[in-house]
Amino acid sequence: MTAQEVRLCGLLLQEHFGDVVEKVGTHLIRSGVLTLRALAHETKLPLDLVKKSLCVLMQHGMCAFGAGRRGPAGPVEYHIICEHILHMLRYPRYIYTAKSLYGDTGELIVEEILQRGQMTMSSTVKTVADRLTHNMPEGQSMDYSEVVSAFSRLVETHFLQRCPPMASAGSSSSEAVNTPLPVWSTRMVYIVPVKIELMHKCQGKRRRSSEDGEAEQRAAKKTKTDNSERGDEGIYWQVNFQRFHLHFRDQAIISAVSCKLDQTSSEIVRTMLRMSEVTTPAHAAFTQALSANEIFRALPFSYNIARPILDQYLTLLVNDPMEFVGRTGDSGGGMYVVNLHRALANLARATLESVVQERFGSRSARIFRLLLRKRHLEQKQVEDFAMVPAKEAKDMLYTLLSENLVQLQEIPKTPDYAPSRTFYLYTVNQLPTARLLLQHCYKTVGNLIERRLYETKENKRLLEKSQQIEAILASLQATGAEAAQLTEVEEMITAPERQQLESLQHHINKLDSSENQVDETIFLLESYINSTQR
Amino acid sequence: MAGSRGRGRSQFSFSVDALGFGRGDCLPSSAHTPSPLYPPMQFRPVPLHTGEEVDYMLALKQELRASSKNLPFHIKAARTKTDVARYSDKYQNGETKNNCIEWSPDWSRMPKELCIKVRKPRKTVIGAKPQLTRKPKAAAGKEEVLQKLEKREEEQHSEEEEDEEKKKQNEEEPDADEDYDEEELEDETDYIMSYFDNGEDFGADSEDNMDEAVY
Repeated sequence: MTAQEVRLCGLLLQEHFGDVVEKVGTHLIRSGVLTLRALAHETKLPLDLVKKSLCVLMQHGMCAFGAGRRGPAGPVEYHIICEHILHMLRYPRYIYTAKSLYGDTGELIVEEILQRGQMTMSSTVKTVADRLTHNMPEGQSMDYSEVVSAFSRLVETHFLQRCPPMASAGSSSSEAVNTPLPVWSTRMVYIVPVKIELMHKCQGKRRRSSEDGEAEQRAAKKTKTDNSERGDEGIYWQVNFQRFHLHFRDQAIISAVSCKLDQTSSEIVRTMLRMSEVTTPAHAAFTQALSANEIFRALPFSYNIARPILDQYLTLLVNDPMEFVGRTGDSGGGMYVVNLHRALANLARATLESVVQERFGSRSARIFRLLLRKRHLEQKQVEDFAMVPAKEAKDMLYTLLSENLVQLQEIPKTPDYAPSRTFYLYTVNQLPTARLLLQHCYKTVGNLIERRLYETKENKRLLEKSQQIEAILASLQATGAEAAQLTEVEEMITAPERQQLESLQHHINKLDSSENQVDETIFLLESYINSTQR
Repeated sequence: MAGSRGRGRSQFSFSVDALGFGRGDCLPSSAHTPSPLYPPMQFRPVPLHTGEEVDYMLALKQELRASSKNLPFHIKAARTKTDVARYSDKYQNGETKNNCIEWSPDWSRMPKELCIKVRKPRKTVIGAKPQLTRKPKAAAGKEEVLQKLEKREEEQHSEEEEDEEKKKQNEEEPDADEDYDEEELEDETDYIMSYFDNGEDFGADSEDNMDEAVY
């Protein structure tokens, strides 16, 4: 864990869970693995607070426990999963995606589960239905079955998954060794339990909702643990971040194609990705091969493209230097794949180039792009190829070198590395540069959060005053006051204070949406780096 | 760079062509101090994205941040009592206690050592007020009074726990109880809880902002 990541994790934990959890969390990240007693001793917090913090972190899937170094007989050791803490930056994006795919119901389901970490299906359905009913006009009520169907659809498309069962740890470890754990197959991760009884409170009668599939019934009967009133105790659901990330990656590829080429090509790529959604494993370098015939049949109806035009578009996509689509065979009118890893690499490269352009100007960006393509170049060659005068080229190269975006490679002619007899070549390595930029991004988000906290703290008094006045106004309006009273209360905030409040709100909005935007870059770079690691 | 010293004094050890500057050129001055903390930017940053999607996600983010402060996962350390123990402490149960957890996790999924008492929100059950029936009769002597007072204190502590257990069982009662303001009626007082202000908060706020006079 790098220093910037630890700092950002600390800030995120503090924002969502308070100072205590932040202290416990950052200490545990820095130490790696610790037992409960060691953690309490080193953070000098009371044991109960540490226990509570660990419970919170484990509920949200950010902390995991395992048998310690002394084996199952020794104390349990805890460690933090940093990626899940960093995912907290992306929660608005997950919720918005759920909304765009599954409407308001899906949005609220994902929001509830994200805020609570893990939930059972029945409690989620109940809470979401109550919330929706609350927002509806009088007399209407939200049907539980609609929420259940939205939940099932989320599970079927793998956006939600079941939490794996925990082996009981701690003092009962000896029993765990003797009793065999139930077979946990990956198939069961996405099966909705059958026959959940839900109290339909709005209508005051019990409702039995049954799902489809007889085979699933048998599987669900095995997994149903005990008969409590709800029927699905012990089956917890969590958000499947990986599936959301795959979706974001597909979206990025499609929008890149539509920017570079045109809308129709992006529709073709979207169709190809949709067809291979279920057949492509998560870390595959490219999708399954699809024949042009299949693509033609699967295109949406509104796009009335003739078959030869489709072939032309596919050829165009294959010949494009961004290499999103590749041709792997000739059967069935041509076999085409989407090159996922190469697309990610190209998107990351475009990000790097754009960063250099915005920070150092277009000529530096030209030199950077040149070095990315030509790998190693001497000083003189850089000037010639980039068509930049010598002095400026030297200046720009040294600036980029000092920022670590460009590296110098020495190739000696003689073993004593004499400067007059050594080649000095400038080079850019994409992967290390991407990692460097990712750390810069983490630092940026940390700075943005700190600045926002500072701004809020500076104007704390003013914010509290405005909140109090809003509360007074709300209560007055609820009891039906006259307009004169309302204006009198509103005038308690003077005009310059109002202006100050507005500018504060404007700053905070700007800082918040900057965080969201930097997070998009973080996602791209992270996906690229992860794709190179498999 | 282990450069070999040139033979003659005027010879440099490196060829001037390779490094891109001539002989007579002045080199840029070397740095004496660390680079400034906020260096002036050559190019202005590109404006942020705008649009409906961006605005919605911004609103979502701010909403999530505000609502996470009200969830039981937001843990605050209990304030240590610096002063004398006060009478109103008994009635101020809104404060968090370190040894209770405010939500009920699934303990079967967590190591046993983390198990901590779950604190249910106290719902006032008007019908069953066992405390009224427990008032002991007036004792004769002082010692007996003291003993009885001690016993009552212990009973009240244990009955608080019993209360909680009863309330756990009474969870299925109609939700009309939830609408009762917890702060309004607690234990045996007739007063609204928010009126209790034992003065601990006075002066506890930071006095950094000395612009306004404090009367």
